[in-house]
Amino acid sequence: MPVQDGNALAGPLSEVFAVEVTSAWRLCPGCGTDSTVGALRVYTMGTAAVARCPHCGEIAFRLARHAETLWLDFGGGGALRIPVTG
Amino acid sequence: MAALTPGFRARRRAPGDRLPPGQFTTEGFPVLSAGPTPVVGTDRWELTLTTETGDRRSWTWSRLMALPQDDLTTDLHCVTRWSKFDTRWGGVSLDVLLEGVDTHATYAWIESYGGYTTNLPLADLRDGKAWIAHTYDGRPLPAEHGGPARLLVPHLYLWKSAKWISGIQLRLTDQQGFWESLGYHDYGDPWREQRTWGD
Repeated sequence: MPVQDGNALAGPLSEVFAVEVTSAWRLCPGCGTDSTVGALRVYTMGTAAVARCPHCGEIAFRLARHAETLWLDFGGGGALRIPVTG
Repeated sequence: MAALTPGFRARRRAPGDRLPPGQFTTEGFPVLSAGPTPVVGTDRWELTLTTETGDRRSWTWSRLMALPQDDLTTDLHCVTRWSKFDTRWGGVSLDVLLEGVDTHATYAWIESYGGYTTNLPLADLRDGKAWIAHTYDGRPLPAEHGGPARLLVPHLYLWKSAKWISGIQLRLTDQQGFWESLGYHDYGDPWREQRTWGD
């Protein structure tokens, strides 16, 4: 199946975050790979998506859009580092 | 990621009506996965059934193939709204695997190579409604469609038919699987359009 990168999630994530999350960084708890959200590998099922580490495949987060509800599950997927103005 | 089209409601199934509400037919066989396709050779493939008391029985590929085999033709219904008619499968009925299993469980928790999980009532695996499918259209099931073997429960939305199945746990209580814990319906009957928690 075609796999997209994390930039494909810019739209739905913009409904949740006030900042551009695709440029945020994530240190994978599984393998230590540091990558931007935009570089994650994204697998989709309809209006749901699973974002995974581009190196080891561990799940970073999952999201789904069901009618009027957006589901977002970070589980044990590791923290996002988002640059903000100091 | 457009929102699902709202407004569909369950309707009475007319005789001969094969298309559940909100679905469209396709001639292709779309591939949808929650992650990369695991490569599982039949030389190391194993399926394990575990009861609520911890009793286990397992099947290697050769043991699975030595069991009575079914051929079936059935329709598939995916929650992403495509349906595919008259798909031809070969596999082993869950009735064969569950024969003689001593259990009071009412739920089944399904595990797959690659980490996918799903849940369904044990009753939906019995009475000729579910198979461990290893053949599609007369050929070994391709990995992208769940080979070497997948669960096939065609009366429920296809996410319940876990690809790359590795285990079945029989449980006294229900626990949500991969998609069920992200808002998808706990049961997933396409004829009642049970797509998400609110349906």
